[in-house]
Amino acid sequence: MILLISAQQSEIDSPVDDRFGRSDWFLKVNSETLEWQAFRNPGSNNRGGAGVAAAQFAADQKVDVAISGDFGPNASTALRAAGIQMILFPSGGLNGKDVVDLFRKGALEQE
Amino acid sequence: MQIAVASGKGGTGKTTVATALVLSLARAFPPDYHIGFLDCDVEAPDAHLFLHPAFEKQQPAIILIPKVDQTLCTGCGKCVEVCQFHALARIGTRVIVFPQLCHGCGSCTINCPVNAITEEADPIGLLEAGHTDTGIDFARGTLTISEPIGNPDNPANETLEKRRPAQIVILDAPPGASCSVVETLRGCEFYPAGGRTHSLGLHDCETNDRNLARDGNSSRGHHKPGRDGNKAIDDFCKAEDLPGFAAHPFDRGIAEGTAKGQPLTQYKPGISRKVPPDF
Repeated sequence: MILLISAQQSEIDSPVDDRFGRSDWFLKVNSETLEWQAFRNPGSNNRGGAGVAAAQFAADQKVDVAISGDFGPNASTALRAAGIQMILFPSGGLNGKDVVDLFRKGALEQE
Repeated sequence: MQIAVASGKGGTGKTTVATALVLSLARAFPPDYHIGFLDCDVEAPDAHLFLHPAFEKQQPAIILIPKVDQTLCTGCGKCVEVCQFHALARIGTRVIVFPQLCHGCGSCTINCPVNAITEEADPIGLLEAGHTDTGIDFARGTLTISEPIGNPDNPANETLEKRRPAQIVILDAPPGASCSVVETLRGCEFYPAGGRTHSLGLHDCETNDRNLARDGNSSRGHHKPGRDGNKAIDDFCKAEDLPGFAAHPFDRGIAEGTAKGQPLTQYKPGISRKVPPDF
């Protein structure tokens, strides 16, 4: 599965970002091969509509799962329409790698 | 002649100055002289508390939002690309609209290559018009609570266009320097830049002055001194050669009058003399 994780920086062990639409970076990770790539969130600095822009990015990248600490109402609507599953990570010091591990163990909660 | 009273920060005295100005003008000019007042601060209109108009007409304020005909839409994504506010998303070959993010600019409709987008009215507020007992033609816009602001198509606009034939119109602007302020200042011949004289207000004061200058208009200063004696706006006005015409001091009487819903002209009768004679 292709995961999109909101992160504060551009490395796989960067701390995750609790916000989906406003996170600076996204880590796109293949949960089977563990290949990954970092992308700037195209919507993070928008005055409005950041959630929609981020969800559009997720849809364009054809990800299966979006993982963040929180999803705003507009992002949720768009992600749901795109059939992208929303999964939450608990707050507190996790990095991208931790979140991938938790996902692979099935230890994360559905939005 | 349209005179907008604008400021960067809120709470600097825009409504206090605007209502005092319009009342002074209504008294100074003969009764057949057409004087208008527009409360453009649609998020929190409050000039009625001082002018006590009777409203005679009201109508909904609308913006036009896109409606996508999915049977015509090819999913090309042009509309998503041109929208500056991310009010549209393309999911697969479907386009979804987020009405609360839409500013009603029409770019998506104009740019759709297959004319799959039509526009429908989305009510965002109320326009009201009436008169005060002193004959001032009063109008205001009120944005519905929960509707986001930032609309170039501010609910007061339509009223604005209709009211501008009045010989003098005072516009009570929203605070800040964003879309609704730019729209209020459009076509104004000059405005007193209300602002506390501190650096927080200065930034927006400069922005508004640039907005006016771009339209070939001019501004004049009015201000309330900062408690800290900061002269930032004074210095700015001097440097830009903006003539100041009045300043009002910290005065408990002003606060008391405002709390009673009295205009400045009532509890500070001498203030009318501060209105420049060349008005």
